[in-house]
Amino acid sequence: MSTERVLPCPEINVENQAYWNAAAESRLLVKHCADCGHNHFYPRAICPHCFSDQTQWRESSGTGTIYSFSVMRRVAHPYAIAYIALDDGVTIMSNIVDCDLDALAIGQRVKVAFRPSDGPLMIPVFVPA
Amino acid sequence: MSTQATACIVGAFEHPTRKAGDKSLAQLHAEVAKGALEDAGLSKDDVDGYFCDTEAPGLGALSMVDYLGLQVRHMDNTDTGGSAYLLHVAHAAQAIAAGKCRVALITLAGRPRSAGQSAEPRVDYNVPDMPFEMPYGPTVVNTYGLCAMRHMHEFGTTSEQLAWIKVAASQHAQHNPHAMLRKPVTVEEVLASPMISDPLHRLDCCVVSDGGGALVVVSPEVARDLKRPAVRVIGSGEAAKHPSGGRVDLSFSAAAWAGRQAFDEAGVKPSDIQYASIYDSFTITVLMQLEDLGFCEKGAGGRFVADGNLISGVGRLPFNTDGGGLCNNHPGNRGGMTKVIEAVRQLRGEAHPAVQVKDCRLALASGMGGWMGSRHGSGVLILERTH
Repeated sequence: MSTERVLPCPEINVENQAYWNAAAESRLLVKHCADCGHNHFYPRAICPHCFSDQTQWRESSGTGTIYSFSVMRRVAHPYAIAYIALDDGVTIMSNIVDCDLDALAIGQRVKVAFRPSDGPLMIPVFVPA
Repeated sequence: MSTQATACIVGAFEHPTRKAGDKSLAQLHAEVAKGALEDAGLSKDDVDGYFCDTEAPGLGALSMVDYLGLQVRHMDNTDTGGSAYLLHVAHAAQAIAAGKCRVALITLAGRPRSAGQSAEPRVDYNVPDMPFEMPYGPTVVNTYGLCAMRHMHEFGTTSEQLAWIKVAASQHAQHNPHAMLRKPVTVEEVLASPMISDPLHRLDCCVVSDGGGALVVVSPEVARDLKRPAVRVIGSGEAAKHPSGGRVDLSFSAAAWAGRQAFDEAGVKPSDIQYASIYDSFTITVLMQLEDLGFCEKGAGGRFVADGNLISGVGRLPFNTDGGGLCNNHPGNRGGMTKVIEAVRQLRGEAHPAVQVKDCRLALASGMGGWMGSRHGSGVLILERTH
């Protein structure tokens, strides 16, 4: 059922520090642009939609649907990589964990969860809603 | 017609090796350079422009220019992964039209098979997307798997239809003595091969090979004095597509944009194309490019490729008659160079007689580099026989 794959801990920088701080508190953040009003992901200091520097962190609902997925089979611990279309209007890459890998479907509802990495950071992943 | 339409490919060489444990990376570059220049009837002292990717050893082109003993006045290290060499041809044509060089040499070499080197990106967390993707284990195969799963969901594409792409490539590869996989396979054999990452089976994937290739692109004045048939670059296009700040759309690739540029520039239509080299890292890569380039309607790719429609002498659109990356060669995990080379062979009438397209005058080569499921670069060339 659940993946045993170790989540590698990324290195972070000043631009994305707040995202990882929030993940440690089990909160998923996206970036919102005060000028164009759109969310974006992954988070940038300058909005990729309108190039405004008036970007702000916003807490995501953490819920969405599977846009696409693929189960990596030929590895020690098979795992599902996926794009999740968040209800906040951005689609993000993640894993779907604690699920039957053979029962996943595009359009399935999922919600965010947080799992430890092999370093200090917590990693946002998704589980069936 | 644009000014760059006048440049010609006059030299093309594919290294015969598929495993080069006894050769250095730089040596492979030199061997393919020598092969392409000899094919063209030119010498290394004629070369005044040099193009390579960022995996060529050294800083940009500097070490290779030194190693090869070149004196150049134009260099270009554009890198979009496996499609880079199609961009190099286009950029060479542009540089020639601008008077920046007259004889451009493009080389590719790689030895991932001997080095046990994967096609996965080197992890560098200064790359801004990496902290948000690498924890989830994206690989080449599972990100192309994301495209294939979505295509099946949106358009009803099936694994059987994808398998026909491998079947067609294998039908061609049986005639290529250098091909890694020469045995024709059936749809059933593709479907029975192990699932690597849903829905892509092992036989939906390309080979991993050592080797390389090179091309020589020259001005029309230079081409006129050479004995070999010249292949004119009459249209080119390049484009990058990415997740767009979270507006992910896997229904099409950057080939839709690059293809439109190339067709507009050449003034021809997809139905005019007699032979197509289509980048084939995976079967889904081919299917999506065929749709995006306009060979069929969006979503109809599965029906288009089925029943041997890509097999030379059988179907409407002969593709990858060397066996492609799927069966012949994918040197350095970068298949764009061999796409151009086989298109040149077809236009010269030098493909294997069993797969040669009769009176082939107009061909297309399409490259797809990087990860079609995230950020990728497309390069499209439309090539014409001169006589």
